[in-house]
Amino acid sequence: MSDLEQDFHVPENMMVYARGVRKSFGRIEVLKGVDLQVPTGSVACIIGPSGSGKSTFLRCINHLEDISGGLLLVEDKFVGYDLIDGRLHVVRPAELCRRRADIGMVFQNFNLFGHMTALENLMEAPMQVRGLPRAEARDRAMALLERVGLAHKADAWPRQLSGGQQQRVAIARALAMDPKLLLFDEPTSALDPELVGEVLAVMRDLAQSGITMIVVTHEIGFAREVGDQLIFMDGGVVEEAGNPRDMLRDPKSERTRAFLSHVL
Amino acid sequence: MNQSPHRLRVEDLTVVPPRRTGLLVTTALTLAFLALLVWAIATNKAFAWPVVGKYLFHPSILRGLGNTLLLTVTIMILATVIGTVVAIMRLSPSRILQSFANAYIWFFRGAPALIQLIFWFNLAIIMPVISLGLPGVGTLFSLRTNDVMTPFLTAVIALSLHEAGYMAEIIRAGITSVPAGQTEAASTLGMSRGRILRRIVLPQAMRFIVPPTGNEAINLMKATSLVTVIAVDDLLYSAQTIYARTFETIPLLIVVAFWYLAVVTIMSIGQHFLEAHFNRSDSRGGGGGGFGRALRSAFGLSRGARA
Repeated sequence: MSDLEQDFHVPENMMVYARGVRKSFGRIEVLKGVDLQVPTGSVACIIGPSGSGKSTFLRCINHLEDISGGLLLVEDKFVGYDLIDGRLHVVRPAELCRRRADIGMVFQNFNLFGHMTALENLMEAPMQVRGLPRAEARDRAMALLERVGLAHKADAWPRQLSGGQQQRVAIARALAMDPKLLLFDEPTSALDPELVGEVLAVMRDLAQSGITMIVVTHEIGFAREVGDQLIFMDGGVVEEAGNPRDMLRDPKSERTRAFLSHVL
Repeated sequence: MNQSPHRLRVEDLTVVPPRRTGLLVTTALTLAFLALLVWAIATNKAFAWPVVGKYLFHPSILRGLGNTLLLTVTIMILATVIGTVVAIMRLSPSRILQSFANAYIWFFRGAPALIQLIFWFNLAIIMPVISLGLPGVGTLFSLRTNDVMTPFLTAVIALSLHEAGYMAEIIRAGITSVPAGQTEAASTLGMSRGRILRRIVLPQAMRFIVPPTGNEAINLMKATSLVTVIAVDDLLYSAQTIYARTFETIPLLIVVAFWYLAVVTIMSIGQHFLEAHFNRSDSRGGGGGGFGRALRSAFGLSRGARA
């Protein structure tokens, strides 16, 4: 760790540290050098037009996508690699699973396991990955469903739940692994407008609990209210980042200003 | 419009169904044809119904039926295991594994079952002795091929490899039908590739795998009658043995057909309950299913049969 600080000047207490992160799909370069710092315990909201690379960047953080260049660290560890004697070794699948287990992710399309009830969705990974006994996994799952206000839907199949309820179960499922970091990929974009509020309420509650969160979103109000940091991405780079309230009141960049004028 | 419109009330209007003369005539003709058929079958001496009754529960017929069932179950289990492995190879990122799986499916699904059966029966011509030797260690074991390859084992190997070609494609289609988001969600929870396949993908693929697999099992059960050519004592072979002696060919074929139909009916009912089990997450409350529906689905089963 001290080596890292010396060689790469990584500030302390950073949950996520990105410098010059690049990602190409074939010939198309989606990320063209992303610089970003998310301190532990803070909430960062990423906004930007579609195709700006914000979802791709989020997926790089838990190694759903491999980066093509640059430096990307989660808790002072290279995402997907180990630095040993000055060389980057690709981590073994088992170690990759261990690291992913500490990073929760919530998807636009919920992706609840369709063949399991809400409760079983929450029990699966704690039992299979963490080896929790069934009874304990069950108690914890029920407590989490209670927290997102869906204890009465414990035995419902995903198909029987509304979009908002499915997303709240999905958030509870991510929480069931006790993650250090939660990634949200447009969590309310697939929801009917009247269902957005219930999901944002759960996320607001989470943000206050002190967990580190990175939220890709179009909900500017949410960003202003709970975000410690607002990041505007455009064309595969971070165009502007800063305090949400200041940035929304007085954007420095012309492109940020133009984007905000469309969405506000 | 003879009556004044304001006298007519909506509640008093009656519905007159259209006259369906064509349907009535066709139904009558079909019934007449069925009556003729039943009369012909009942009165034709060649059907010899008392003989059918005599052999229906004959010990050698029942032993043949037992062997047919044993063959079907064994081959289906082996074909599912081999098919799953081949399907996973086809979906693997390695080009070589993909090509191997493609070649397997191409050959074993493409070559006729009967030819494969006779080929394995004559394995001793190519390979008179089965032995395993390691350089430096010497021969570990050595057996004469004809001693190992009994007709039953030959049938199991040949038909399993053939059936696995079909199962591989069914399982591959099932696996690819599960949305990629399921795998992604599971991997962000820290589940390993193998665990995701076992716990998340395959259980959801089952709803696409079970219906065609049921058809395969039924086709296979009937296709096992091919093993008569290599003298495996199955249902058809035991009937053939009897009518070769007594010349009661038609009654014995009726006995055989009766048992095949009986087993197919039972299998179809089982398939219905299996489908209901894997579709249970589709329900909006309430169990569904029921024995009546099972029976109906058994007799209505006509989709996609090959053979």
